[in-house]
Amino acid sequence: MHQQTGTEKQKKSPFGFILHLHPRRVKESTLRLSLTFGLGGMAALLFIIQVVTGLLLKFHYEPSPENAYNSILNLQQSLIFGKLLRNIHHWSAIAMVWIVFLHMLRVIFTSAYGKPRHLSWIFGLALLMLVVLSNFTGYLLPWDQLSYWAVTVATSLLSYIPLAGEAVREALLGGKEVGQPTLTNFFNLHTGVIPLLMIVLMGYHFWRIRRAGGVIVAERDRESPMVDTRPHLVNREFVVAVVLLAAIFLTASLLDAPLRERANPSFSPNPAKAPWYFMGLQELLIHFHPLFAVFIIPVTVLAAAVWLPYIKRDDMNQGIWFLSEKGIRSAKISLAAGLLFTIIFVGLSELLPDPGMLLPSVTPLLTTGLVPFIIVAGTIWLFMRYIAGHFSLNRSETIQSLIIILVASYAVLTVTGIFFRGEGMNLVWPWMA
Amino acid sequence: MMNKKDGETGNAPIVGRRIFMKRIWKILGLVAVAEFLFFIISLLRPSREINKSRSVLTLRDIGNVEDFPAGSVTPDRINRLYIIREQDGGFLALSITCPHLGCSVLWDEARQQFDCPCHSSAFDRHGVVLSSPAPRPLDYFPVIIEEGKVRVDISQGTRRRRFEPNQVTYAV
Repeated sequence: MHQQTGTEKQKKSPFGFILHLHPRRVKESTLRLSLTFGLGGMAALLFIIQVVTGLLLKFHYEPSPENAYNSILNLQQSLIFGKLLRNIHHWSAIAMVWIVFLHMLRVIFTSAYGKPRHLSWIFGLALLMLVVLSNFTGYLLPWDQLSYWAVTVATSLLSYIPLAGEAVREALLGGKEVGQPTLTNFFNLHTGVIPLLMIVLMGYHFWRIRRAGGVIVAERDRESPMVDTRPHLVNREFVVAVVLLAAIFLTASLLDAPLRERANPSFSPNPAKAPWYFMGLQELLIHFHPLFAVFIIPVTVLAAAVWLPYIKRDDMNQGIWFLSEKGIRSAKISLAAGLLFTIIFVGLSELLPDPGMLLPSVTPLLTTGLVPFIIVAGTIWLFMRYIAGHFSLNRSETIQSLIIILVASYAVLTVTGIFFRGEGMNLVWPWMA
Repeated sequence: MMNKKDGETGNAPIVGRRIFMKRIWKILGLVAVAEFLFFIISLLRPSREINKSRSVLTLRDIGNVEDFPAGSVTPDRINRLYIIREQDGGFLALSITCPHLGCSVLWDEARQQFDCPCHSSAFDRHGVVLSSPAPRPLDYFPVIIEEGKVRVDISQGTRRRRFEPNQVTYAV
């Protein structure tokens, strides 16, 4: 009986297709907001917002260095709701990076990446990178001082990748520096290639979740009763969507997307910063040799992320955030340690003399690369050994604590880069700058 | 199942007709993928090739020799370079682009050095690194002096490890 009414409703609904993406019935326990916080759904909604606003913006944007800036000015000044449109696109883009990142953390913490969800996880990582790449390619389009120099700095990071770096950079820029070919490339990537790729990957990502039997279910909830997707899940999703839309509209009507002076290749603003989501990398570059900062460390982290589902363990805490009280305590301590260590590290490297200048005869690969890297990695390793022994953590909890430390460190680096770096990238208090 | 039987008779595996054909298909598939990749890569190239054909016009007139007093450092914002006139009359053309992360350096007349606004690298008047993080000196361009005019080939930015006297050009 129950099943039939669900199907009947679905047939009549004008949103039949969207409902079709859902299973007809879901486990009641998976409806709990604190299991997923609706983050994946939010990311999908933000993607739709970006497509709609992006397509509208495209009617007014002209991708050439001569006219790009003016077309944005024109959009903002003489088009009704033009500024609002750009604001929505801007703030949704930022929200998307945040939401997708938090979604990833949620998946890590509820161990929703293990088999049979490992391909969802890997395609999710690819989607995360596409979201960042989409943001980055969109960053250049207004062709103002902010976008020109952010893209110059961020693409220069690429040239430190050994062997292929310079070639990749020139292919992306379409030349040796940011210019017309760069704008053509970025515009095409931003409005064509990346969104299309994302649609394909999203389809696969969603299908894999359906195939795995929906959202992750905790062991203790295996016997949870099934309920109709409509209304139980759909109504909840509707509430999350409306709240998110309201937040985006409110932000977009109160805060304007930044637009500085027209790009001027002769004058770099001081300081010149990469887009905010790359500031952690740029901050890392201040402390480490480029080979480590933009190649070895990011590649190691990415490889570890891809490897994550394949780590053997018998105690996956699937579907629950923390396995035990000691897990929560160790997570809290790891968070505090990650924050504290990184703050001390940033402070120390400001106070201590530059080791590269102190020992000019030794190759900087050692003094600013390998040695600091070993010190940092060694500190983390010692701490992990201590905490795993002290709380007698199992493998899952150890991995969770390690991830918390890494995320906390990267968060500190990003915040430092965005707010605490003033002229000449020197450390300053944000309220003094 | 059938294929396996086709391929193996007794102990010695023999490549049968069907397996052979399947391998051919796989190889053809790989060739098709390689062709497709080559096609995409070659599509990405033209913008650079077009730039190269324009390089006929990269020899730029910067000014007359007498416009640059001895010991001066003159920015050329259009061509994104600095012209340095040595005390002995030699010319050196330096790129405005910091080799660290690509920002434009500024000449500080009082301190006689180039400063990068992005990560506070500093360079002396010959473009040699005074303070890190810049990994190498500023790139330089060949200067040509003809009929009292200073010309710079801006397509020929050259990396270097140190300043050497042969990077300076003299009016004959």
